[in-house]
This record gives sequence, C-alpha cells and structure tokens, in this order.
Amino acid sequence: MAADTQEASVDSGFGQISRTKDVAFRLLALAATLIGIVSLAALLLNVAVDAVGWLDWGFLTNPPHPNPNNAGFLPALVGSIAIMIMIALVTFPLGVGAAIYLEEYASDGYLTRFIQLNIANLAGVPSVVYGLLGLGLFVGLFNIGYGSVLAAAFTVALLILPIVIISAQEAIRSVPDSQRQASYGMGATKWQTIRNVVLPRAMPGIMTGTILALGRAIGETAPLIMIAAPTTVFGVPNSLLSKVSAMPLQIYNWASYPQTEFQYGVVAAGVVTLLVILLTINSVAIIIRNRYQQRT
Amino acid sequence: MTNKQMTSSETEQTDDQQPNPTPGTDSLADRGTDIGVETSSRDDPATVPDRTIIESRDLDVYYGDDQALNGISMEIPEQQVTALIGPSGCGKSTFLRSINRMNDLIDIARVDGELFFREKDVYDDDVDPVALRRRIGMVFQSPNPFPKSIYDNVAYGLRVQGQDDNLDEKVHTALERAALLDEVEDQLDSSGLDLSGGQQQRLCIARAIAPDPEVILMDEPASALDPVATSKIEDLIEDLAEEYTVIIVTHNMQQAARISDKTAVFLTGGNLVEFDDTTKIFENPESDRVEDYITGKFG
Repeated sequence: MAADTQEASVDSGFGQISRTKDVAFRLLALAATLIGIVSLAALLLNVAVDAVGWLDWGFLTNPPHPNPNNAGFLPALVGSIAIMIMIALVTFPLGVGAAIYLEEYASDGYLTRFIQLNIANLAGVPSVVYGLLGLGLFVGLFNIGYGSVLAAAFTVALLILPIVIISAQEAIRSVPDSQRQASYGMGATKWQTIRNVVLPRAMPGIMTGTILALGRAIGETAPLIMIAAPTTVFGVPNSLLSKVSAMPLQIYNWASYPQTEFQYGVVAAGVVTLLVILLTINSVAIIIRNRYQQRT
Repeated sequence: MTNKQMTSSETEQTDDQQPNPTPGTDSLADRGTDIGVETSSRDDPATVPDRTIIESRDLDVYYGDDQALNGISMEIPEQQVTALIGPSGCGKSTFLRSINRMNDLIDIARVDGELFFREKDVYDDDVDPVALRRRIGMVFQSPNPFPKSIYDNVAYGLRVQGQDDNLDEKVHTALERAALLDEVEDQLDSSGLDLSGGQQQRLCIARAIAPDPEVILMDEPASALDPVATSKIEDLIEDLAEEYTVIIVTHNMQQAARISDKTAVFLTGGNLVEFDDTTKIFENPESDRVEDYITGKFG
C-alpha cells in the first residue's frame, strides 16, 4: 500500500480499502473489449481461411464466370475504383466549399443553424433512401442511365457529402483563431486568409475525413441496387455511362448462387479483396493524420 | 511605486527611462494603400512632434448588450509610445482593436462615436477595414507566427498586400529592425514555430513592420514572455517609436512607465479615467482612483 496514502477511515489510519468494485469493473471492461475484438478476429480468420485457394491472380484479373474455378472479380474491382474516384472528385470540392462557407462566411443566424442541423440529420439518413433519391434525380430526371458509373458515383457522393462537410468543418474550426487574427491584422482579405492560413492548416484533417468517408462509400450496396446497377457485369466499364457493378454487389450476387464453391470460396475471396482495399484506404488516412500531428 | 506590482521582469531596470521623442528620419513617406485618408507628409520634421495621428471622440463599443467602452475621447500623438493600462476587463484591448477595426470580426460587436485616423473617421462607409489594417499593424498577446518558414512569416504581409518587389531586402530589413536578424540569419527557411517564445514575438513584430505601417498596435506583447525576452521587446519598442507610432496595451505598470510617452488609464466599466504624459500619470495623477490603481491599492 505504499502508493496509496489515502486514509481508509479515522480509526484504522492507513488500512486496506476494498477494491472489489474496481476489479469487477476492470474485468467487465476487458470483457467488453474482448467480445468485440475476438468476434472480429474470428470473422476475419474464417473469411481468410475460406478464401485460401480461391483468391489468386486469376480471380483479380478475370471477369465473372459460371464456373467457380474460373470466376473473376476484375469488372467489379475496376467498377468500385472508378466509382470511388468520381465520388472523390465530386465530394471534395463540394464538401470543402460548404464547410468553408459555413465556418468562415456564414454568420451565426437561424438559417445557418437550420442548415447545420439538417446536415447533421442527413448524415444519419439510411443509404437506401439516398438510393431512391439517386434513382429519381440522376436516373429519372437527368437521365444519366440506369446503373451507370456516373449515376452510382453521384448517388453515393450525396450519401457521404454530409460526413465530408462535417469533418471538414471540424478541421477548419480546429485552426486556432489567433492565426486568422494574425492574418487579418496584416491587412489580408478573407480569401487570402482562408487560402494562405486556414486551408493549409486544415487540409490534413479535411483529407482524413474525406478518405474515411470514401471508406464508407466503398462498402455501400443498397443505393447501387436502388439505381439498378447490375450485380454482375462481364466487362470492365469503358466510359462514365457504362453499366457498372461494384465489389459489394458482386459479392452479394455470388452469395445467392446454389454452388457451395461460390457461397464459401469465391465470396470469401471477394470479401478479402474488399477488406484489403478498405484497410488500405483507412491506413492512408491514418498516415496523413500522423504526419500532420508530428508537424504541429 | 510599491514592490507589490513589480514582477521579476522589471527588477533589472527600475529607472523610468523615457524614450527620446525626437522624430526619426522619414522612410515612411507616402503609402500606396489608399483608404481615403490623406497621407501626412512626414518630410517636414517640424510637423511631427505632438501631431495627433489617432483621435477618438465619444467612442462606445458594445458586445451584444454589454458596453465595453464608454465615451472614450483621446488624442494619440504621432511617433510616440502611448500606453493603455488598467485592470482586466476595463476595455483597453477593445479600444486598441477598434483602432484597426479588428472588432469588425466579432459578429456581436457594435461601435458608436468617431475614431479618426489622420482626420478620417475609420468607421465611415467608404473606409475598407482591410486597407486600414494595411496601414496599422498589430502584434498580439501571445506570439502567433504562422506554421511557415521565418522568411515566409515576415513576407506574409508584403505578399498579401502586393508589395512583393525586393522581397529579400524587405524581409532582411524588417528582421533587422525587430532585432532578430542576427539570431536567425542562417535559418530563414526553418519554421517560425521552432523559435523561442521571445524570438517568436520579435518575429511577429518583424512581420507587422515589414509592410511599413504607420501605426503599430501591441496588445500586451510581453505578457507571455520571460524577463529577458520582455526587456528585449521593450528595447525594441523604444527603437520602433523613432519611426512608428506605437500604441501598447499592458497590464504591467512598470512597463508602461519605462517605455511610454503618454499613458491612458482605463478603469472598470470601459471608462477612460485619465490620459496624460506618462511622467504626470505616474508621479502626480489628477484622479485619486488612478493614484490608487498606480500604487496598487486597487485593481
């Protein structure tokens, strides 16, 4: 009890104090942590074991095939990446622009608070609802084409836009006000201040938020089904208006095949590929964030 | 003065050294920036002493429903050091920030009354606050260099103001005037954040004077610094007053006594209680409240 100098009671001076609840809570917290980690590890291990023998170079470079031994993932893989690139191109300028407006320009009135509240609400809307919006807006009204790369990208971009805006706002808000004051005090205009002081400092945070949002987008299935993206395409998309499938859609499709080779081996190979790409994206976000933290 | 208000930073210099109010040579003639204010001809040395550069008349500032300044009227002379002293929350910083319209950046701030800079009311509709700030530089309480190189920090104002000809020369001159050049000459490309606190504040002063403003506002520039760094900043302020008008807010009465020509005492409620020559304020103030404050009986 050398470390513990607290008095237990007036009578006993430095006597032992009961730690039962301390120990019990510690075990409870450990159990909660382990349940999450162990089940995730079991899932990953199970999938990885199933994928052995199926995830090979041919799987990554071939189109889908009715024979599980020849089944390939290439069109879905390329489709997902094409959709991702388009989503990034759409959400980055829109999200950062909206965040700059809300943080730097908009005055703190009722309208701003109303917009702010709605962005937060939109971030929680189920993805299938965005699918419905995409179907009506991009496929129906703008006639971009059922299941095309563009329609898929725009729909999922709407879905992650609120997340990008909110994380960019947080990054911009974290730039110390003293930096803005220093810039305004030098006779800089608002745009000069945003361009030279606010954005350079907020950029790593904005990038991290955007990349993590893209990580969410890559796993989205429901909005793609809603805009009638085919679950299986046999060719790599060759234009922005080509019909496109994506990795989660292709996996979903294989899972419904009657052959057990598809249900276990091929699906597992697809899942592992999807997870590897997702984890790569998240790692990039973490590397960017760490590099930023070291500098400041 | 009692020892009570003397912080360790002041023990090295206890005599009330007054800066020499002799005007310096004029290198600041006409400014390119036009805010609709007539630029004085500083070529004529006879016009320099005691000429008013900034004058407030019945200036009130409100933050929402709270009144931060109450009817401030004062005339601040050119090329001298004017100190604003008073207890926390008395409005001295608010007054300072209303001179270059930094209060405009606060949504709820509202200004009544008049504030003249070279006989032009800076709150007139035709005055662009950005242009005004290009003629009135500012140094803040805690050093706030940008996370950029030392060179880019000093060049910042020159670049945003479009004065980017002879950039190297101007950056060197500003660092020299801020008494920082000798310490950083070999590391102009390293980050301004790598400097010590005192060096960072001198870097901020170099940044403020690089575009050659007419007035430099300082908001407690030494309050976050150690005694040695503080005394360097004070020496620097005295040098700067040879060319610039310096208005400095300070909590530190000894500092005000050492470096300023004029002193304004603000007391609670945003009132200017007394404004006079520094020697008069510290030796024989008119107001009993000022005397109490100076001698540490209150505040």
